[in-house]
Amino acid sequence: MQHQMEDFIRALRAADVRVSPVESIDAHEAVARIGYADRELLKDALCATLAKSEDEVRRFDRAFDAFFARDPFDFATPPPPPEGGEAAPPEAKLEDVSEEAAGSELAQIILAGDSTALTQAMERAAQAAQVSEIRLSTQKSRLTRRLLDEMGVAEIEKIISQARRLEGEGGAALADRLEAGRKAVAAEAQRYVQRQHDLYAAESGRQLREELLARKALNAEGGIDPVDLQVMQALVRKMAKRLADRYSRRRNRARKGHLDVRRTLRQSMAYGGVPFNVVWKTERVDKPKIIAICDVSKSVAAAAQFLLTFLYSLNEVVDRMDAYAFSGRMIPVNQILDEHGVDKAILEVLKLIGFQQTDYGRALQDFAENHLDKLDRHTTVIFLGDARSNYADPRLDIMRTIHERSRSVIWLNPEPESYWNQGDSVMNRYLPFCHLAKTCNTLDQLERIIEDVLRQYVPH
Amino acid sequence: MTILAQAANASPSMDSDSFASVDALVEGLASVGYIASRRIATALYMSVHLQKPILVEGVAGVGKTELALSTATLLGLPLIRMQCYEGLDESKALYEWKYGKQLLYTQILKDRMGAELADAAGMDEAMERLHGMGDMFFSEPFLEPRPLMKALREDDGCVLLIDEIDKSDEAFEAFLLEVLSAYQASVPELGVIKAKTPPIVFLTSNNVRDLGDALKRRCLHLHIPLPEASLERRIVASRVPNIEERLTHQLVGFVHALREMDLRKSPSISETVDWARALILMHADSLDAAMVRDTLNVILKYEQDIQMVEPQVSELLRTAQTTP
Repeated sequence: MQHQMEDFIRALRAADVRVSPVESIDAHEAVARIGYADRELLKDALCATLAKSEDEVRRFDRAFDAFFARDPFDFATPPPPPEGGEAAPPEAKLEDVSEEAAGSELAQIILAGDSTALTQAMERAAQAAQVSEIRLSTQKSRLTRRLLDEMGVAEIEKIISQARRLEGEGGAALADRLEAGRKAVAAEAQRYVQRQHDLYAAESGRQLREELLARKALNAEGGIDPVDLQVMQALVRKMAKRLADRYSRRRNRARKGHLDVRRTLRQSMAYGGVPFNVVWKTERVDKPKIIAICDVSKSVAAAAQFLLTFLYSLNEVVDRMDAYAFSGRMIPVNQILDEHGVDKAILEVLKLIGFQQTDYGRALQDFAENHLDKLDRHTTVIFLGDARSNYADPRLDIMRTIHERSRSVIWLNPEPESYWNQGDSVMNRYLPFCHLAKTCNTLDQLERIIEDVLRQYVPH
Repeated sequence: MTILAQAANASPSMDSDSFASVDALVEGLASVGYIASRRIATALYMSVHLQKPILVEGVAGVGKTELALSTATLLGLPLIRMQCYEGLDESKALYEWKYGKQLLYTQILKDRMGAELADAAGMDEAMERLHGMGDMFFSEPFLEPRPLMKALREDDGCVLLIDEIDKSDEAFEAFLLEVLSAYQASVPELGVIKAKTPPIVFLTSNNVRDLGDALKRRCLHLHIPLPEASLERRIVASRVPNIEERLTHQLVGFVHALREMDLRKSPSISETVDWARALILMHADSLDAAMVRDTLNVILKYEQDIQMVEPQVSELLRTAQTTP
């Protein structure tokens, strides 16, 4: 059973439930106390020791059910003797075939139709063949073959061919039954390997896909594959949550380690001049205040959905954030993001102002007229857009004002740097007014940049 | 391992029959008015026998705090409760020196100081005596124990409830690690204080923020979901003894229908129970649309929610009838 626990914990880790060594010791202690007899009890006890969040509980339940599923073998029972007619000739015995055949364990199991014994034999063979080490779906057929070899299927095949050569019909009958049994075993082995794959490898396959997706360019030809879109959104949400965990922790004040003489003296007045309370100097930690301005025009159509998803996630993470979207005109979208779920919010925004002609100058003017007072020296302004303004006046003067008023201006452009300033792009003219301008067209890049932004404000 | 075993022997809960098995525990909890699912009981059982704190998560009003209260009642142990909030620190959680008393004593001793030191041979001896006096001020009589210290010093064990740990700061969470893993705390002036009998520790969290991995690893984890209808009916019946079965059926069905809706705050168990009590007060023996509309403010806590539900009351009642 020790071995099974280890395998189970490995399956949990593969299913993205993080299990530390301490927790696995806990699990072993729990099992030592309650035993394996009561399946529900075992499940609950392991769940309490191993799964540490609501999400993990869900994944744990799934992994437990899959791992401890021992669906009984669907195994060919010996065929009933044919009814009526002339009595069938008695079936040949294993001993008649050869001495080796009589010693074959698998052959005996098949003839007895003993599914429990077969399950056990398969478990043993699986351990020898290291089936649980499976990582990729391409390994399935090779492992199935190894599993069957370990079980001694080659031996059975030999017995079958020997039995066929025996005199009389008994030999053929024996061979037929063994043949049917062999097929059943092969099918079962395939199922077994498939299940092991689901347990240990399916998740890593998904992780591989997510990794690839995180590095995939978002403005690639044809945008994001609709199949990937959901995974992508889940990834963005995960990323936002990761950032939130790290930065939403409340740290308003950080102790500096210097004695605050003035306040210590003031406090000591209450105690007749005895400094009972020593006061240390503290430093206020700024919370990030972010203004995000997102281009949703035609030229960034492929990336717009992604940029908005990101805007949405950021809105959930950062307490003080104002979000704006524009193509021709600019509108504040905070309310839309707050009120709806991610999918609907994105549709709403796109419906309101999406996919029109871009006019950066006009949009900046809208911002200057209505929202310029939002900027102060604590504010970081993030532009998400390609700076393609259809040859209209880019209004550099407003950009200069924004630059002067805010703490920093960051421009994330989905186009690679070599495209900047080609055609109607005015990126290079905006560049002097940005503290940081970067190409950002994959999730990886996005996360890194946002992390940099947040780190400026929150000390580690 | 041996230390753990010894500590386990000292635990009072071992003598209690209620902790002999999970089933006994379910019954025991029921006898003090807490209807627990198997998963809850198993987690509690493991926590007591493995001597590990238990971290209870779930939406507000699902019975997290109540679980700790019921455990204390069941075991007949004192309950020590610590409510967490932003800015909670060691001096409020573990111990503090009684500054006022110290000050008072210094004032009194001031007058006698001259006499005490008069016969000292020299400066060195005077300093030596002063040292002795200084230590006196930081000793047991001047110590003000706060919840954590109190829990560690309960010789017969106790139930320690650290409520809403997610509201405290990260620094406090780190400070808790020593207390939770070794059941001891260090006071610089006094040394290490170790619990004779480890308390049964409950931490509750509403998921305001994610807790650190280090803390999670030291705890068993229990997530209490909103209960299934049958379990909730039993909870209502146990909490509101005089309620008629038909009414219980109707109101639990209605609440479950509400939970399917997209509300700002879905009603949880405590709201169901409150509602049942309110209906009893109004001498209702079955639900009708008018009655529901009048009492909607008991289960829904936001004006928008009430406005959204009100027009659909009759329809919801019909759905509630059909829930099994």
